[in-house]
Amino acid sequence: MELSGAEILVQCLKDEGVEYLFGYPGGAVLHIYDALYNQEDVKHILVRHEQAATHAADGYARATGKPGVVLVTSGPGATNAVTGIATAYMDSIPMVVITGQVSTAVIGSDAFQEVDAVGITRPCVKHNFLVKDINDLAETVKKAFYVASTGRPGPVVVDVPKDITDPSIKIPYHYPDKVAMRSYQPTVKGHSGQIKRAVDLMLSAKKPMVYTGGGVVLGKGSDELRKFVRHLGFPITSTLMGLGAYPATDKQFLGMLGMHGTYEANMAMHDCDVLIAIGARFDDRVTGKIAEFCPHAQIVHIDIDPSSISKTITVDIPIVGSVPDVLQEMNHLLANSSKKPQKKALEEWWKIIDGWRSKLCMSYDRNSDKIKPQSVIEMVHEITNGNAYVTSDVGQHQMWAAQYYGFDEPNRWINSGGLGTMGFGLPAAMGVQLAYPEDTVVCVTGEGSIQMCIQELSTCLQYGLPIKIVALNNRYLGMVRQWQEFFYENRYSHSYMESLPDFVKLTESYGHVGIRIEKPEDLRAELERGFAMKDRLVFFDIVTDQTENVYPMIAQGKAHNDMHMSPYSAPAQDSERELS
Amino acid sequence: MRHIISILIENEAGALSRVAGLFSARAYNIESLTVAPTEDPSLSRMTIVTNGTDRIIEQIVKQLNKLIDVVKLMDLTEGPHIEREMMLIKVKAATMAQREDVKRLCDIFRGHIIDVTSSTYTIELTGAVSKLDSFIEALAEHKIIETVRSGVTGIARGEKSLHL
Repeated sequence: MELSGAEILVQCLKDEGVEYLFGYPGGAVLHIYDALYNQEDVKHILVRHEQAATHAADGYARATGKPGVVLVTSGPGATNAVTGIATAYMDSIPMVVITGQVSTAVIGSDAFQEVDAVGITRPCVKHNFLVKDINDLAETVKKAFYVASTGRPGPVVVDVPKDITDPSIKIPYHYPDKVAMRSYQPTVKGHSGQIKRAVDLMLSAKKPMVYTGGGVVLGKGSDELRKFVRHLGFPITSTLMGLGAYPATDKQFLGMLGMHGTYEANMAMHDCDVLIAIGARFDDRVTGKIAEFCPHAQIVHIDIDPSSISKTITVDIPIVGSVPDVLQEMNHLLANSSKKPQKKALEEWWKIIDGWRSKLCMSYDRNSDKIKPQSVIEMVHEITNGNAYVTSDVGQHQMWAAQYYGFDEPNRWINSGGLGTMGFGLPAAMGVQLAYPEDTVVCVTGEGSIQMCIQELSTCLQYGLPIKIVALNNRYLGMVRQWQEFFYENRYSHSYMESLPDFVKLTESYGHVGIRIEKPEDLRAELERGFAMKDRLVFFDIVTDQTENVYPMIAQGKAHNDMHMSPYSAPAQDSERELS
Repeated sequence: MRHIISILIENEAGALSRVAGLFSARAYNIESLTVAPTEDPSLSRMTIVTNGTDRIIEQIVKQLNKLIDVVKLMDLTEGPHIEREMMLIKVKAATMAQREDVKRLCDIFRGHIIDVTSSTYTIELTGAVSKLDSFIEALAEHKIIETVRSGVTGIARGEKSLHL
């Protein structure tokens, strides 16, 4: 079979089993678009801005575990995609981004729409390629998918000059089944000796704590994790990225940890004697003050990326390997061990934890005459039976969604945790909704974030994506406002959003349904009415309390036991003071 | 502490900028960097001299290993090794006295005069960094017109080697 470069590219995507290609055409990729024209296996989704193409592919990848695929043109097409590539890179999301490039003959001549895409994306990709010979094209695409989706996943860029896709030049096509790279062989299986040492340590722990991250979700380690935690009876917390890997409604789950983590999770981190970190990377939003991080604990760290180990926190027992493989081996050892977890000590530990729990740190004013953002999330949880895929943008609404939705399954909570990209939520929801057309997909956002990619409402109409947009509209860039209240003596410098559009009319002009909700008493009925419209995109413009803050909060650089608490949480009790 | 990291890297366009970019993006120090192809033309050998605490060096090694183009690497300073740097230095040598003194110093340091004009000598000198530094110091009384140093390259002593 003789094919042109453009046809080879499309055929590679078919052979790779790619369902959706998120993209935007332009001069350098016109040959490729022509090759896409007469086929239906790879469905192209035309976004309205290249940033959205990357976020949509990213959302698809996070929800399905399969790499997301993007096609953009050279120059501005590539630069617009950079934010989305960096977003995927920070959260280790498998993605293959094909960027068009000017013809090889004019590379370096400042040609029209020329940019050094390989150079610009280098610091925010797992790897990238410039294809200089049509004979390398198929193998390069194979390598791109292989690198993107194995080891610690990440985005890979393939830059394809226009002449490589020239329809008049055809070569025999062969897509390799496998690809071997001498310089890339990710470790999967953990070191047995280290695993045994770790298990021994766990079985001797008196105040253990399990701390899990996005690696459990990415590595599909949720089942093994549940077995592991239930067998040991240990308390477990999760980072923002790991939510859902362990069910939020389970009694062993203490909630999220870190800057906006629960009181009980952060206190347990501070006091634990053995910390088991699984697929987490000790991010600064999690550790707080490094010098006071888990001061009494011996630390076990399981991660597929050796460079994550002892990067910020020195650990005692590092285990490099994939989360499910290592946990499976641990579960096997635990099941066959004559030793059991320290039952008595654990009972004492749980008593202390229950004391912290009784502080009810997630309390808020339930009798307010304003709509409380937390109540919106709780109600959305109820209406969707906790089964929705929830994407978010970045800010207060993101934290409330993480804290109050209560994810019981992995891959359901989709947000930009590492880079913190506003504008992520709506396009990411498009990718999720395409992957799961029958499921409810909710985009929790704010009036600030949604405006960063609002043009995608048009894409949603074109492809009939019935996303439910829950916009917590407090007329402020809420998280900025909160920091200004706490740390800048209420000087609200440029955090107030004036001149907001009428979101209902705006949504309607895009051909969707808009619902504005202003009073707490209308909230349930209006949400139920909107969520009942299964085949329509509904934008809920919800007017929430302007000055609500996200609690608890550990200020940047403070220790885990130093939290700002909600004024509605229970006061410290004497018994608890004694214990902590 | 000073470390010499030897790297076998795919001899491909952009490989060098991946390494250089890693150092600048993560604010690691580079004292010197040399690179050239090996007997296998698909591989380049790179030698980086860097410094940092043990924790930073550990991260540098891990981050370098993580680069897809890096095939293998070794911290030479972890074992017995030989390091060499080459220098070309052009010195003013116009008078008889200057010419004699420069020649004498060159002999003492076992350098070679590789280019001569009526007013200059160009000397080639190879050795450890400290030897080259000492030679420059010894030339203090003379006018140095130009100095070119290759940066450090190195190799492990004995059986130990960095190869595929």
